Amino acid sequence: MGSNGNGNGTIIRMAEIRKIYDTGKVKVEALKGVDLEIHKGEMVAIVGPSGSGKSTLMNLLGCLDTPTSGDYELGGQSVAGVTRDQLAEIRNRRVGFVFQNFNLLPHISAQENVEIPMLFGGVRPAERHARAKELLERVGLGDRVDHKPTELSGGQMQRVAIARALAMNPDIILADEPTGNLDSTSGSDIMSIFTDMWKQGSTLVIITHDPALARRSSRVVEIHDGRITADHAPN
Amino acid sequence: MKRDLHVILNLFATSSRLQRRRAFLTVAAIAWGTIAILLLLAFGQGLRLQMDKNRRSTGENLAVMWPGETTKAWKGLPPGRPIRPRIDDLDFIRERMPELKAVHGEVVSYRTALTYGRKTVNGRVIGTNYVYGEDRKHYPQAGGRFFGPDDEINRRRVIFLGNELAKDIFGDEPPVGKTLLVSNAPYVVIGVMQKKTQMGVYGGPDANHAVIPITTFRAQFGRDRLNNLVIETYKPAQMKGELQKLNEILGPKFGYDPTDDRALQTWDMVKTGEINRKILLGIEIFLGIVGALTLLIGGVGVANIMYAVVKERTREIGVKMALGARRSWIIMPFVLEAITYTFIGGALGITVANLLVALTAFIPIDKSEVMSFLGRPTLSPAIGIITAVILGIIGLMAGYFPARRAASVDPAATLRYE
Repeated sequence: MGSNGNGNGTIIRMAEIRKIYDTGKVKVEALKGVDLEIHKGEMVAIVGPSGSGKSTLMNLLGCLDTPTSGDYELGGQSVAGVTRDQLAEIRNRRVGFVFQNFNLLPHISAQENVEIPMLFGGVRPAERHARAKELLERVGLGDRVDHKPTELSGGQMQRVAIARALAMNPDIILADEPTGNLDSTSGSDIMSIFTDMWKQGSTLVIITHDPALARRSSRVVEIHDGRITADHAPN
Repeated sequence: MKRDLHVILNLFATSSRLQRRRAFLTVAAIAWGTIAILLLLAFGQGLRLQMDKNRRSTGENLAVMWPGETTKAWKGLPPGRPIRPRIDDLDFIRERMPELKAVHGEVVSYRTALTYGRKTVNGRVIGTNYVYGEDRKHYPQAGGRFFGPDDEINRRRVIFLGNELAKDIFGDEPPVGKTLLVSNAPYVVIGVMQKKTQMGVYGGPDANHAVIPITTFRAQFGRDRLNNLVIETYKPAQMKGELQKLNEILGPKFGYDPTDDRALQTWDMVKTGEINRKILLGIEIFLGIVGALTLLIGGVGVANIMYAVVKERTREIGVKMALGARRSWIIMPFVLEAITYTFIGGALGITVANLLVALTAFIPIDKSEVMSFLGRPTLSPAIGIITAVILGIIGLMAGYFPARRAASVDPAATLRYE
């Protein structure tokens, strides 16, 4: 599995994606036909008010959820009709997640957290340890490898999460409000890390409320009431 | 496959390393359940064995018959006639019923003066056949013996003493070899009975009487009417038929209806043994129910812990799935955890139960009235293993099903779980 997707550099291709949440009593149409293409090397900010369908879109992009209808290709591979375990493998190899609330495993060290995707991906232990250390150094936590998440600040936790997202060298990094739970200093640190990653060639999709983060991206997608209402360069 | 195992073991190792408290609680719950049930059933089993032993201390597969009065008219004879077999009738029975293991008669002299030195004690003296020693479990203490066929044939003046009676007469002096007077006739003490806990008694406890050869008894007391006629069978199942046959043989001889069960009154120990066994079974069922309830409580505890664990870690399950864990990688560590806890808890429980039972061995049974009825708790390792496995399965299910459910929904939903 290459990290470049298909030949023309399209990593994500969504066509007519709909998502309906059926709670039994009410049906909520969170996405009402979304078409979206994201190419290698882009840093896309998805912005919109709460309830607009941003998080649903993020879940679908990351294969954490399946669309009600529509076509979705991730790295040239259709995601429709694959088994649960295959989907798990796609998440493992192609997507790196950064969550608003970090979602680190609380009982294990920073290094072990970073190693988890590699454990799932079948990377050998020695290689895992070395790469986890290297990644933590890259996000500036070389001296915190043995700390547990509870012993780290919010900004540090998010940096562990970023290291974890990079572990399998995925096609795309998906970040859901990555600075939402951070103070402004930590937030801007995280933003800088993202910008650096982008400059080094990573493809990023960031869901954000933060105008500063949106301004630093290469492309802004506005979503409103389950539809994409604007798609433009940052102003 | 190899990779699956590697991942599962790795996740299991981290989670069990981290959840020490929970591991401790689960192991303790399983161990406690195992101990409780093992001990309950061990005491039940000990009680059963001891009661059985005590019951057998009177004798095994015996039936005692004693003289009664007819209640049915027979061949022109009216009811109300006393039936009293004599010593000579014993050989008559032995000849006609060779299928019996043993037949012995008992002639009793109550409140007989037993004199040693200047001390006289009034006691019960029984004249009987030598087989009585074995039939009625009159085992001699070291240095003594019961009387044998020679003593019986030669009408020797030998006497075998119950242990309590021996103490009354001789105090701390060793009685064997001493001469005592039975109604002024000298007898040599040849043995003293070993102490036993006796459940079935007729006439009085064995510990309180003295036994002499039936021939010697007849010579001294001049009586040959039997107070008791005792038969021993080889197989308990045949006892009923043999008693019937005995009445059919004695009925025509003494002139009573063989179906008249009052002519010779009968205590069939096999039958009463059956009843005892049923009572014991009842006790064991009761203990079993108590054990099952204990197991249930333990099971609820284990289930509760495992369920809480999965709930508490639902978010963690979501994170792992988002990072690419397969379903089995989520579920198997919980299964492995349950199996490990069961194994450790079960082993711990069985060990502790064994230790406790081993400790009860230091309580001397013979010295304690309670223990002589309660007996030695006897462990059943099979029950211990079954108990631990049941608790483990409960824990397994309580962990497996929520884990499977959590691993079966889209990670998006699990990640939202708070």
